[in-house]
Amino acid sequence: MQLTGAQALIKSLEQQGVEVVFGLPGGAILPVYDPLIDSSIRHILVRHEQGAGHMAEGYALATGRPGVAMVTSGPGATNIVTPIANAHMDSTPLVVITGQVASGSIGTDAFQECDITGITMGITKHNFLVKSAQEIPRAVAAAFHLATTGRPGPVLIDVPKDVTQSMMDWWYPSTIEEYDLPGYRPDVPLDEDAIARAVALIDAAERPVLYVGGGTLKSRASAELLAFAERTKMPVVTTLMARGAFPDSHEQHLGMPGMHGMYTAVTAIQRSDLLISLGARFDDRVTGKIPAFAAGAKVIHVDIDKAEFNKVRHADVAVQSNVAAALLAFDAASATPRNLDAWWRQIRDWQERYPLVYEEPSIDGLLRPQHVIQAIAAKAEPGTIIASGVGQHQMWASQFWKFEEPGTWINSGGAGTMGFGVPSAIGAKVGRPERTVWCIDGDGCFQMTAQELVTARAEGIPIKVAILNNAYLGMVRQWQEMFYEERYSEVYLSADLPDYVKWAEAMGCVGLRATNLKEMHDVIEEANKINDVPVVIDFRTDSSEKVFPMVAAGASNDDIMVHPLQRGASK
Amino acid sequence: MSATPEPFLGVIDHTPVRHHILSVLVENKAGVLARIAGLFARRGFNIYSLAVAPAESGARFSRVTIVVDAESAPLEQIVGQLDKLVNVVAISDISPKDALERELLLATIKTDVDNRTSLLDIIANAGAAIVDVDAKSVTVMLAGTPGGCDELERALESFAEVELHRTGRVALPRLGKTASA
Ligand SMILES: Cc1ncc(C[n+]2csc(CCOP(=O)(O)OP(=O)(O)O)c2C)c(N)n1
Ligand SMILES: [Mg+2]
Repeated sequence: MQLTGAQALIKSLEQQGVEVVFGLPGGAILPVYDPLIDSSIRHILVRHEQGAGHMAEGYALATGRPGVAMVTSGPGATNIVTPIANAHMDSTPLVVITGQVASGSIGTDAFQECDITGITMGITKHNFLVKSAQEIPRAVAAAFHLATTGRPGPVLIDVPKDVTQSMMDWWYPSTIEEYDLPGYRPDVPLDEDAIARAVALIDAAERPVLYVGGGTLKSRASAELLAFAERTKMPVVTTLMARGAFPDSHEQHLGMPGMHGMYTAVTAIQRSDLLISLGARFDDRVTGKIPAFAAGAKVIHVDIDKAEFNKVRHADVAVQSNVAAALLAFDAASATPRNLDAWWRQIRDWQERYPLVYEEPSIDGLLRPQHVIQAIAAKAEPGTIIASGVGQHQMWASQFWKFEEPGTWINSGGAGTMGFGVPSAIGAKVGRPERTVWCIDGDGCFQMTAQELVTARAEGIPIKVAILNNAYLGMVRQWQEMFYEERYSEVYLSADLPDYVKWAEAMGCVGLRATNLKEMHDVIEEANKINDVPVVIDFRTDSSEKVFPMVAAGASNDDIMVHPLQRGASK
Repeated sequence: MSATPEPFLGVIDHTPVRHHILSVLVENKAGVLARIAGLFARRGFNIYSLAVAPAESGARFSRVTIVVDAESAPLEQIVGQLDKLVNVVAISDISPKDALERELLLATIKTDVDNRTSLLDIIANAGAAIVDVDAKSVTVMLAGTPGGCDELERALESFAEVELHRTGRVALPRLGKTASA
């Protein structure tokens, strides 16, 4: 069968089981948009290519399947660089297709030419510049294989216009050998010796902590984690990237560690004698000052990526494996720590003394952002998916929402990309249309990518957006208040400019506002009734509210600052 | 010039110990070198020297010999990150004490009647060969250890006009030694 390169590209995506592509056309990718009309693949036309990338990420995080985005050359391609970098930091499987100028024009500074494979070399797992139409099926198959196996990540395919316009004999690789990836071997056999040494460390542990990272979600190891944790009775912490990997309602769950982690999660790690890292990477937002991090603990480091071992923290035992297989191996060897009663008594004491707290909201005063999140949660259906931007609201969402299952927390961790919330929520809703999707957003973040609500309205994707409008780039304001003597520099945004209700309405969404407690409950109820169009709520919150607990950047986790309400109480 | 450096098959190794030799088999595809260079740059790993040529199996693979500064980052990190490049097929790490290293040096030296004799002495001492000559200059070649090339380079510093190029080294494990993968 003779096909054009463009037809082969679409057919290859169909072969991969792609159900949706997020994108926006332009000159260099034009040939590919023609056969798309006749394809079963749904295309979602975004308003900015950054939106396409984050939607693909939200889709991937919510479904566990790779997200696909397609854009044109030059500025179309550079507009999607931020999501690619974001997906790279968070190991999110993406396949991004970019149009390129015709092969003969490459290197001539042709109209809308840009070296996107060069630009994204350091922020993709791999990228391809396809040289001939005949190679398209191989490139697509290899891209999906790379994006989804081993440590997942974004893969970019750059396709020159003449390649999509020329003819090829249709074929599709049927074996991995045909992908022609001689240097890629994602499956490593379990190192039995490492497992034995890990089991010995577990057997000797008196104060162990299971330090659960995003890799646990990526390897779909939640069931194995639950079984292992319950059998061994070990306390569990889930990082910002792993929220949902272990139920928040579980009594062994101490919550999130790190800069804005729960006091008990942070302190239990600090006092532990064994840290079992499961797909986590000792990020500086978790470790604080590295030499002071869990200084008395031995470390078992389980990761599929061997370059993570000893990168930040010395691993006493390194187990190169996906998390699920390693946990099964620990279970098979009946790894069991010592009696943990004393450890749990200590942990319960910390929990009792330092729970998450915030000041009571007053009847007519400004809303407390934490309270707004809890009020939304109280009325949300089980299984609701939460997306967020980056800033204070993100930390509060992670702290105060109770995550019970994988794929319910859509968030930008490693890159901390403002504007991630709205488009990623849209992508999540596309992937899991039966679920309610709330985006807990900041006023600053909302303004970066809000235009995608036009996409959401046009495509019938009814997400709900709660703007925690504190009139500030709040997280930066918090640092300036605490570490720059309240010298506020370029962080004020205004609560009224823009008018978020009118803006929402202009984008075809329902716009609501709440300035006090009564209105807060009313608008949440109203929003929950709307299921056909997107809803945006402008919650007016107290600007002076800060995120606690907090470990200052570069400080030791031992110097964690608890909420002012808890200060004075002895640690 | 101090002691006579051993020519060609000499074993004097002037490589500081912190240098490690990575022999990297890569797919011979466009941009592979950029991927390696980019990785080293963004991770802050230092490259001391780099030599690239098609590998034995024809056009499909190339061999890149990288001398890395293992003080800029732990070797384990460098190898681990390098191994993640999809186009990198195999990495062997040859520790300096187990390595047979050779490098090629070419130099053109302007001479006059006054210093021609001393130049010929240097060339003979170094075990270098004269590959081109005219009334005013001599081009010499040395295929030797990196240390031998260093010594020749130093010896030639006394000449006013020298154009000198080195290839960077290639290496194999000594007989009876193996590289670690
Ligand atoms: C694209 C981008 N630019 C800048 C920053 C730095 N930054 C981190 S949080 C933040 C403030 C976010 O403001 P807002 O969305 O209102 O959230 P808030 O902290 O007020 O809840 C800024 C500017 C960032 N993370 N991302
Ligand atoms: Mg704000």
